[in-house]
Amino acid sequence: MLYREAGQFKATYAEDSQIFPIRQDKIGIVLILAVAFVGIPLMSVAGFLSDYSFTAILTPFLIFSLAALGLNILTGYAGQLSLGTAAFMAVGAFASYNFMLRIEGMPILVAFILGGLCAAAVGIVFGLPSLRIRGFYLAAATLATQFFIVWCLTKVGWFTNYSSSGVITAQKIEMLGYTFDTAFSKYLFVLSVVCAMALLAKNMVRTNIGRSWMAIRDMDMAAEVIGFRPMRTKLMAFAVSSFYCGVAGALFAYAYLGTVEPEGFNLDLSFRILFMVIIGGVGSILGSFFGSAFIVLLPIFLNVLIHFLESSAGINLPSGISSSIELMVFGALIIFFLIVEPHGLARLWQIGKEKLRLWPFPH
Amino acid sequence: MQFFLEVLLGGLLSGVMYALVALGYVLIYKASGVFNFAQGAMVFFAALTTAGLVDAGLSLWLAAPLTMVAMVALGLLTEKIVLRPLVAQHEITLFMATIGLTFFVEGLAQAIWGANVRSLDLGIEDVPLEWLLENANIAISQFDLVASGIAAALVTMLAIFFSKTKIGRALRAVADDHQAALSIGIPLQHIWGIVWGVAGFVALVAGLLWGSRNGVQFALTFVALKALPVLILGGFTSVPGAIVGGLIIGASEKLAEVYLGPLVGGGIEGWFPYVLALLFLLVRPEGLFGEKIIRRI
Repeated sequence: MLYREAGQFKATYAEDSQIFPIRQDKIGIVLILAVAFVGIPLMSVAGFLSDYSFTAILTPFLIFSLAALGLNILTGYAGQLSLGTAAFMAVGAFASYNFMLRIEGMPILVAFILGGLCAAAVGIVFGLPSLRIRGFYLAAATLATQFFIVWCLTKVGWFTNYSSSGVITAQKIEMLGYTFDTAFSKYLFVLSVVCAMALLAKNMVRTNIGRSWMAIRDMDMAAEVIGFRPMRTKLMAFAVSSFYCGVAGALFAYAYLGTVEPEGFNLDLSFRILFMVIIGGVGSILGSFFGSAFIVLLPIFLNVLIHFLESSAGINLPSGISSSIELMVFGALIIFFLIVEPHGLARLWQIGKEKLRLWPFPH
Repeated sequence: MQFFLEVLLGGLLSGVMYALVALGYVLIYKASGVFNFAQGAMVFFAALTTAGLVDAGLSLWLAAPLTMVAMVALGLLTEKIVLRPLVAQHEITLFMATIGLTFFVEGLAQAIWGANVRSLDLGIEDVPLEWLLENANIAISQFDLVASGIAAALVTMLAIFFSKTKIGRALRAVADDHQAALSIGIPLQHIWGIVWGVAGFVALVAGLLWGSRNGVQFALTFVALKALPVLILGGFTSVPGAIVGGLIIGASEKLAEVYLGPLVGGGIEGWFPYVLALLFLLVRPEGLFGEKIIRRI
């Protein structure tokens, strides 16, 4: 009843090819955006939301969503498994830092885009092996990216402006004379960037680029036979994906952490983002957001739960055990999702929508 | 020249140790088509369990078999809980499941034994071999020699096991074609249980050797990452490939570190094997000894 598209007719091509063809989806997305852009700021002004909720939950959630989106383009849509996501993020972050540092009066958004483009260039270079190898051979090969980039950023002093510890401090985010320095304003900045890029991605995957990616993913030999150029398609996927990861990395440095070192972009971060994609839904834009929310909230939730158990049962767990338990829960969840719902949270959402279509009737 | 030989031999010996870890991957991949990313975590788990039991007062000779039991149990449970429900899924799905398993096993090991660095003493001293030092002036660690001796023995044993025994032949049949193997009456579940048990054993040996060499700590899991280029180079399906790949990676990484490292600032051991393997892949996508990849629509 609630989610029924009966009676919504599409009479023109333009209507047929819109992003959200169903009225309920349109209302839903407008509501979500209204909450994100207006509701949350209002709540923050009214004092319901502390700075903590911005710095520890909302901002990282958005940034990781963007990174997961990038990986999802490569893994979910083009079918090339990559374990080097964090390396591309590092390239984006350090390239943006250097553009800001070395070019006087560089606008921050242009620096981010240039940083993303640098990441895309690196992505193309390290995507070259994908032309010859596939599957987990490729996954193992992308580890080369991960180790090489982090090593390179650590060893070559120029990238970190010869900082002795290898740590860089990101410049302030300034636009048109306004400085984004509070947790709240950084959230809005990140939100705007993420929304724009998510819209772009959504459009990309439903036009010819995205379809050629999916053709390559489903069977690259067949796609080649019917006329898709594997080289162009695969490298394009690597470039676009790395661009997204690069921008996410720049945001990670500028809007979330403030100070970063190359080691911060380690293999662990790559895995974390891969998990977001798996749990959220491989090959789904919406899934990237679900997965990111899940992975960001899970440790916080676990900590609260462990504290609660400790205080209610009166036992003191040894320190460090919560991080071990976190690892175990992460691992178990990944396996659980792959077995029970390989398409992740996004698929659950779809099932929910189908239920809503019939509700309250059984058929 | 002496220095070159010393580096080369040191590299080859550590290459054997890489091969030992790589062997665990090859075993499982050959028999079940699963690329078990968790092999490194299993090595870590084995080393930590043994070290923990020894620290608790058991002798090494008691602790190692007990760990073996735990490893086999872990392998069997993995097969039952993780892989059986995922049968006939895409191999990338299986690969991602084993990444999840990696996290689980690492967390489990640390939840049981704590995250402290432990030492493990096998009773073999890590000193240069005197005879070689006096006669040829080449310093080769005694420990490395013994370790590679053990590794070589293990590899020979496995090679014989695979080619001569009934179970070994069944394993190869399963590796070739699951359905054909089933149809001639090879019990698939049974075979997979055995493979995971054997992989657990290899992980135990690798864990003991690496653990006593570098200390039992989380960094052990990175050794497993070193084994990946070995696999790429040697081919995922070949036991000899794992050995030759290990030797090449071990030797070239040490030589590169010593001769190329100073030119670019050192520390290239971490990525050099990968880049080497990558360049190699561009020429020969199936690895040195891997089966030729034939693709059909």
